[in-house]
Amino acid sequence: MFLDDPSEGFENDLAQGSEVEIGKDLVAASATPLVLAILSEGESYGYAIIKRVDELSGGKLQWTDGMLYPVLHRLERNGLVEATWGRSEAGRRRKYYRLTDRGSDELQDQRRQWQVVNETLRATPFTPFHLTPRMA
Amino acid sequence: MPEAGGTQVFEERINEWRSYLQRRQPIAATDVDELEDHLRSQVADLQEAGLDEEEAFLIGVKRLGQLDVLSREFAREHSERLWKRLVVDEDGSGRGGWSREAWVALALAIAAAAAIKVPSVFGMKIEDGSAAAQSFYTLNFSLFVLPFLAGFFAWKRGMERRGIVALSVPFVVGALAVNLFPFSPGGSTEVLAALHLPMALWLAVGVAYAGGAWRSHDQRMNYVRFSGEWFIYLALIAMGGGVLMGSTVFVFSAIGVDPEGLLNSWILPCGVMGAIVIAGWLVEAKQSVIENMAPVLTLLFTPLFTLLLLAFLVTMVWTGSGIEVEREVLIGFDLLLVLVVGLLLYAISARDPQAEPGFFDTLQLVLVVCALLVDAMALWAILARISEFGFSPNRVAALGENLILVVNLGWSAVLYTRFVLKRGSFSSLERWQTAYIPVYAVWAWLVVVVFPLVFRFQ
Repeated sequence: MFLDDPSEGFENDLAQGSEVEIGKDLVAASATPLVLAILSEGESYGYAIIKRVDELSGGKLQWTDGMLYPVLHRLERNGLVEATWGRSEAGRRRKYYRLTDRGSDELQDQRRQWQVVNETLRATPFTPFHLTPRMA
Repeated sequence: MPEAGGTQVFEERINEWRSYLQRRQPIAATDVDELEDHLRSQVADLQEAGLDEEEAFLIGVKRLGQLDVLSREFAREHSERLWKRLVVDEDGSGRGGWSREAWVALALAIAAAAAIKVPSVFGMKIEDGSAAAQSFYTLNFSLFVLPFLAGFFAWKRGMERRGIVALSVPFVVGALAVNLFPFSPGGSTEVLAALHLPMALWLAVGVAYAGGAWRSHDQRMNYVRFSGEWFIYLALIAMGGGVLMGSTVFVFSAIGVDPEGLLNSWILPCGVMGAIVIAGWLVEAKQSVIENMAPVLTLLFTPLFTLLLLAFLVTMVWTGSGIEVEREVLIGFDLLLVLVVGLLLYAISARDPQAEPGFFDTLQLVLVVCALLVDAMALWAILARISEFGFSPNRVAALGENLILVVNLGWSAVLYTRFVLKRGSFSSLERWQTAYIPVYAVWAWLVVVVFPLVFRFQ
């Protein structure tokens, strides 16, 4: 599930400029665990999810808003989230998403995978590129 | 979904934005609702941060991303939406289910299928193959189904009582004419009436289709489009029906029962009647959903027919042989002209009148001119034959049709030339075609009602 269909549209458009420019592939790959993680806090809807991502990343992770919805729909189709139509405080029709059991399993799985990547990356010595020894 | 708080201008802009999104095939109506909720939340937040409504709207829309990219993303996730479903649920709720319109269409189709069996009750059996039964059914079959199709449109367009009464006149006149005239058995006037009555009634259905506003050129053009699509649907349904009948024969023969009688007396006649109504409803229902097929076929066949006619003309000049006048030749050339007029009509019906003349227009003009040349030669030969053998109902009918089509194509060629040379507008060509439609109606009625009288039912 980790890198299942990383969508090109994402690559082009999900990443918008911020100081730490997060690569397009990474943005696409991280969308699923992030959305699942945010939904594990409780039922939510598109706009609130985007706001939460912004909040948690301190504004460093910025998505093109519209692109979130196809991701949500894919998660819904795969049974990781459930959607219901409700009403906003102002009385508008609003689609709420909730994590399913399969979704929380998937989230656990993804967390572990990211951890492995993270640990591996940390274990390598950080050497700036220009100091890397050339092959003799 | 109007909401308190937004100004009218803002609501208008939201609506505009919505309809813009909805035109994207992969984005369903419910997705648009979802995106609208997002946009409104965003705008509210931005306004709270001190932006004015317009700025907030613009930023909100921009943040949602470029429409093309968004649409592509949705298409990636919902690829099935690119294949729009035919049986449309009109409210877009995705719940499926049958609309009222579908039920009415189904009821009318069943009524038409039942109607064709009514004469059997009175001993006029479709399957007995006697001359009387044969001539009865060939003359009358359109009267068993087209009133139902007309009724469907009269219902759908909410026609008033007076309009409906006026609409029933052609059907009554047609029924009286073909059933009261003492046609001599197997005579040409009878065959001609049987051929022309469906055409005359089809144009009467057009009046119902237009909701009575048959004078409107736009409505006439819409009916032309409808007719093309209807024909294609009917052909598709007929293919399905063929498979059904083949299967019927197969399974029943397997158990040693001959289903021939069942096929000929029930499945075939009732199926055709029902299909005619259902095809009409399908075209109505899917009108906005799927791209029209008739113009696509036109695009495909116009170059091929142009080539055919050019090749024919070149061969004729090369070999120096004239057209041999046989019995069927005139009818054959009439059919050719009908084809060319059809290609022209459907090319016109699908073309953007504002577009500049292009290559396809030139091609179309070449096709029309070729058809005129070929027909001029055929007419010459035929006139010679008529002066030799005199007038018969068949010859007069064929000649009249030829003249009607030649006049149409001739003037079309003039208008098309003007358009290609940028001296005239495309809409004048379109108007000429729609203005000409009543000529076909008048002619069809002449053949049904006046011909038998003039030629003494021979």
